[in-house]
Amino acid sequence: MSLERIFLIVIGNLFVTNFVLARFLGLCPFVGVSKRTSDALGMGLAVTFVMAMASVLTHTIDSYVLRPQAPLLVALAGAESQIAREGLQAVLRTLVYILTIAAFVQLVEMFLKKNIPALYRALGIYLPLITTNCAVLGVALLNTPEDPAEMLTLPEAVIQGTAAGLGFTLVMLLMAGIRERIEALDLPEPMRGMPIAFVCTGLMALAFLGFTGMV
Amino acid sequence: MKIGELTKGFFRENPLFVIVLGVCPSLATSGSLQTALAMGAAVIFVCVGSNVGVSLLRKVIPGGVRIACFIVVISTFVTITDLFLKAYFPDISRTIGIFIPLIVVNCIMLGRAEAFASKNTVMDSLLDGIGMGCGYTLALLLMGTIRELSGNGSLFGVKVLPGYNPMTVMISPPGAFLLLGLLLGFFKWMQLRKAAAR
Repeated sequence: MSLERIFLIVIGNLFVTNFVLARFLGLCPFVGVSKRTSDALGMGLAVTFVMAMASVLTHTIDSYVLRPQAPLLVALAGAESQIAREGLQAVLRTLVYILTIAAFVQLVEMFLKKNIPALYRALGIYLPLITTNCAVLGVALLNTPEDPAEMLTLPEAVIQGTAAGLGFTLVMLLMAGIRERIEALDLPEPMRGMPIAFVCTGLMALAFLGFTGMV
Repeated sequence: MKIGELTKGFFRENPLFVIVLGVCPSLATSGSLQTALAMGAAVIFVCVGSNVGVSLLRKVIPGGVRIACFIVVISTFVTITDLFLKAYFPDISRTIGIFIPLIVVNCIMLGRAEAFASKNTVMDSLLDGIGMGCGYTLALLLMGTIRELSGNGSLFGVKVLPGYNPMTVMISPPGAFLLLGLLLGFFKWMQLRKAAAR
């Protein structure tokens, strides 16, 4: 994997196809937890960690179990069987990915609670929300498209997961900074809270459109 | 069986504009009416299917692992939808892309399963599913109409505004955020006006 490819994935996921502003993924936590910068940073880092680890797990499961001619399928059912030829991807991918992510998040929560209580107190409240964050399942699905030619390699998938999470964190932090200022404004009653947050996101997305064409 | 379970999702408890659930797919698929309608139909099917499924199983599902059970029921219907679209409408399936499998983590499905279907009869859950799905679809169609008309001068891909210079920003991401913000503000204004009148 060349340095250029790594650079393209990182810059692409941070700025050009930012998960929040260009791909519309992870909007619930984005508007829900972006009221204070400290909350935004905690949520962003927790999401980045889960996205990177989920990329490893789902990519491994996909290439060893779900794909047509996956090693485990061939070993269990034989290379000529129908299951090995067609793979389980079309039928089981969504279910397996979401259960993997949910189980992983649960494990991390239990581990932190028992071993690193300080970190658990800081990040614990965000963890249950991450399972249903569509950015996590989204990056897992984007890493492993059905067309084998478009499939990312494992290192590429991890880099994409991390970069996408950092892009999410960046936009969350920017948004939290803006919202802390908005709180002090004398806005018309109906526009307060969520509506003005989305209008600001629109303006931010407009600014990020300037990065189009960089990659 | 109450008919109110059906109509509450249209306006009073509209999932998108009033409860603000399912934001991601609504922005991603409302760039054209065609994708908005396809996404709406998919959500209606999954919402009805999972509501009925969860309601049927509500006495069997143990409380401790109920969320995981709901996810299994929901993802069954999502996979059916995904395969159906891939087989019969491959173009639409490609345009909507990952947002069909992402219905699994859409808060509307899990929210309805947890808050309604796991506590109510099958018939009520069926009506609730139809109502919530249709309310969401109406919201998608409203956004789709505004965005396609202003951003492309067309409806369902047919040009209806001759000589109109389209505002392309409306079909790109910034326009989607802007429109949703303004619509949320509008619905909040309606609610506040109603409350003040009472």
